[in-house]
Amino acid sequence: MAAGGTARRFLGSLADRARARLHPKRAGSGLPARPVIRALVWARRVVQAGAFALFCFLLVRTGFSGAFHTNVERVRVGLPVEGFLLADPYVAAMTLLSTRTVYRGLLWSLGVLALTLVFGRVFCGWICPFGTLHHFTAWLFPSRYGTGSRRVDSNRTHPVRQRVKYYLLYASLGAALAGSAIGGLLDPICISVRAIGLAVIPVAHYVARASGAAAQSTGSAALIATTDATQDLAGRVLLQNKQFYYHHAWLIGVLLVAIVFMNRVVPRFWCRVMCPLGALLGTFARFALFGMEKDHAKCTDCNLCLVHCQGADSPQGGVKWRQDECHMCMNCEAACPEDVIKFRFLPGRKSAVTVPDTGRRTAIASAAAGAALIPAARIADVIDTNYSPFVIRPPGAVEERAFLERCIRCSECMKVCPNNALHPAFFEAGIEGLWTPILIPRIGYCEPSCVLCGDVCPTGAIQKITEEQKLGVGQKPISIGTAAYDQGRCLPWAMATPCVVCEEFCPTSPKAIWVEEVVVEKREPTPQPDGKPPRHVSLTVQRPHVDPSLCVGCGACEKVCPVQDKPAVYVTSVGETRSKTNVILLEGQDYNRPKKT
Amino acid sequence: MDPAGRRDFLKRAGAAAAVLGGAALVGVTRWDRGAPGAIDARSERSSRDYRVSDAAPDAAMDLVVARDDADPAALTRKAIEAMGGMRRFVARGDVVVVKPNIGWDRTPLQAANTNPLVVAEVVRLALDAGAKTVIVTDASCNEPNRCFTRSGIWKAAHDAGADVRLPEAHLFRDMRLRGELLDEWPVLATLVEADKLINVPVAKHHNLARYTGAMKNWYGSLGGRRNRLHQKIDLSIADLAAFLQPTLTIIDATRVLLRNGPQGGDLADTKETRTVIASIDQVAADARACTLIGETPGAIAYLALAEARGLGTTRWDRLRTREV
Repeated sequence: MAAGGTARRFLGSLADRARARLHPKRAGSGLPARPVIRALVWARRVVQAGAFALFCFLLVRTGFSGAFHTNVERVRVGLPVEGFLLADPYVAAMTLLSTRTVYRGLLWSLGVLALTLVFGRVFCGWICPFGTLHHFTAWLFPSRYGTGSRRVDSNRTHPVRQRVKYYLLYASLGAALAGSAIGGLLDPICISVRAIGLAVIPVAHYVARASGAAAQSTGSAALIATTDATQDLAGRVLLQNKQFYYHHAWLIGVLLVAIVFMNRVVPRFWCRVMCPLGALLGTFARFALFGMEKDHAKCTDCNLCLVHCQGADSPQGGVKWRQDECHMCMNCEAACPEDVIKFRFLPGRKSAVTVPDTGRRTAIASAAAGAALIPAARIADVIDTNYSPFVIRPPGAVEERAFLERCIRCSECMKVCPNNALHPAFFEAGIEGLWTPILIPRIGYCEPSCVLCGDVCPTGAIQKITEEQKLGVGQKPISIGTAAYDQGRCLPWAMATPCVVCEEFCPTSPKAIWVEEVVVEKREPTPQPDGKPPRHVSLTVQRPHVDPSLCVGCGACEKVCPVQDKPAVYVTSVGETRSKTNVILLEGQDYNRPKKT
Repeated sequence: MDPAGRRDFLKRAGAAAAVLGGAALVGVTRWDRGAPGAIDARSERSSRDYRVSDAAPDAAMDLVVARDDADPAALTRKAIEAMGGMRRFVARGDVVVVKPNIGWDRTPLQAANTNPLVVAEVVRLALDAGAKTVIVTDASCNEPNRCFTRSGIWKAAHDAGADVRLPEAHLFRDMRLRGELLDEWPVLATLVEADKLINVPVAKHHNLARYTGAMKNWYGSLGGRRNRLHQKIDLSIADLAAFLQPTLTIIDATRVLLRNGPQGGDLADTKETRTVIASIDQVAADARACTLIGETPGAIAYLALAEARGLGTTRWDRLRTREV
């Protein structure tokens, strides 16, 4: 009986709590929020979930999925997988300043700008997938000041901290004006693609693979069949039918975890403090037609508006609303029991600050510092004199200076590369080249007929080349480097052993790798039976050579060389089509196209 | 300061003893004495012999050369017809695996992969003969998605009703081949879990092996770092042919690659030869097909190795043979 009574009491308290959740008793005068506001708050949640899902969908589809219906001659992604980047005004602004042009689909960013001019920073509160990630994690693991007045305080405006993002924005734009889109390192969409695409998904795949192997080792037929089926499905749907590896991606993953963790200290730390895209939209929010009006007289200082405030934009009475910080989440009006807060078109501006509170001098100084960073990075030797052999850029990449003007480090090309050939550079391309794409043939080579990296590049750092241009049908093919032999490690050259897998895999026709038949001497590994030294025998081997005029630097030879740790044939960037200076052969002749017969 | 009471002493000493006991138990049961790891010598040699043992019908051939028809599907049909029909090889309810060469990111006209029309026709005939499922798979050299798509085999085989399976990484299982050269290698499980296996290679030039067709196509059964095999290419081909003996071999020589093998890339490297060779003997099939690219069986080292092991005969003309 006693147990039954306890259970009933427990269930009763659960029901009470659920009821309180659904119909919270409102404090103070208890005036209900307008129905339109309550609807808008829910609409925002739905849009956030939808935009995040769309972003993830486009990200996992950023790859080559073969299928029975795919076009054989022209393989393209077929979806606007880079759509979020095309709509990103920060990317458009940087590349406009660096190249003085707006590349192709970046015109879509006018849409987000228009949205901001009408509604303020709705992109931040409603659409941005990185913002939603922070909104969600800050809700799931609230700040350690999670309750009561400490929570309210954590959502008050902190002008010093929140100015940082404007300084980062001005510095990025200054750097762009000086010829570098390095600010892409801080773009929230670029970070989302880079961190989820290059770190989170491969880690998840690694864990899935390990679980699959554990299941296989049990020997249970049912378990093996289940994991096989699951992995097949994952391979088809998520386009992950092999483990992808990314050079130094651990740092990208660690930074993501660190930024997400910061929500424990400052709610929406990224959005309030760091985000240059948010700052850019914040500078345009002053023109917004939609905004907040406050009736300070009615405010009882209950601070309920601050409990769920996302932007730390001072929605409470008695102070001015910070329009440039507000994410337009509408939580404040939904929470206000006193009819203080009203969102409406063309609100009065008496109790609003519409512009960022950075001083003009600091703004100019930030921009100047950003601009100065570029020559400082470039007096290091990597661009002009000491070409790094490791900086093998994707096919269709423009010349290095133009490339740095355009590359926003979004990692779309690395995610889409079906061969796992493209990787985020660490310091190979200098400090300025951090996380720009380089090709590491030992991990994956460049598939000759594939042009997907240019297909998804949102800024034209990698141009949208055709198969004919890349393969050189009736023209010079696009070369990304040149192969060379390490004759001290090559089996036919140094070890009197037949091999030439490199020649087999060389994709050009005629092959850039050709073989010379030579008779070589080889010592037998064991002494003769009578104790005399081992005999020497002669045998014929094929020694491989590279014809630099035919080599396109795809790296297939390096990938398949059986000398496992340090291959006997390797590609470096010299001879790349995009450079007029990083060359071997005399220019001016069409070396690469022998006459067709 | 209170000295520990008796009860407290017993509790704390007991806890310490329990932790030590637990640690000791883990240590002893999981102790690795560091003895040199012995390779598991007990495991049996694994091989798959998919040949049908039933006596062949009287009119059936052992090797058929179908020639002079521009339609690859018709050539395939004629060749299998003369072999006694697909029902000779495929029983009702069989899981049939068709293994074309889908090694390269090349289009059909470049003749680096098996012609998709030949593959599709084999699929169709196997289904007509009552196969439960027909699976088409290969462990490609280039990126498999691209190879399966651009070879045209994905679409053609799918349209013909086949289950096209990519060589997903998790499908490779370590097996003991116990060959002269090849021992433990990861093998594409799909190929060794079939009822019947039909090898559908393409005949072409190869710089190291001179000619490749049926037997070399078994490179596409292996995972791992198979680029090491080229150091003893002939021996490794013979080992693989001993490992996998197919129900039927159908060599696509409708268009062959004469140079720049095994990838080609230029139409000028190919020649239209309008031939399909079917045989129950993979050695004989290769011996016949190599003549199409200007080689002789005597010049192909792995054919002699395979013949010496009793895997087949290079004297294809001594088999029951016919041209159609």
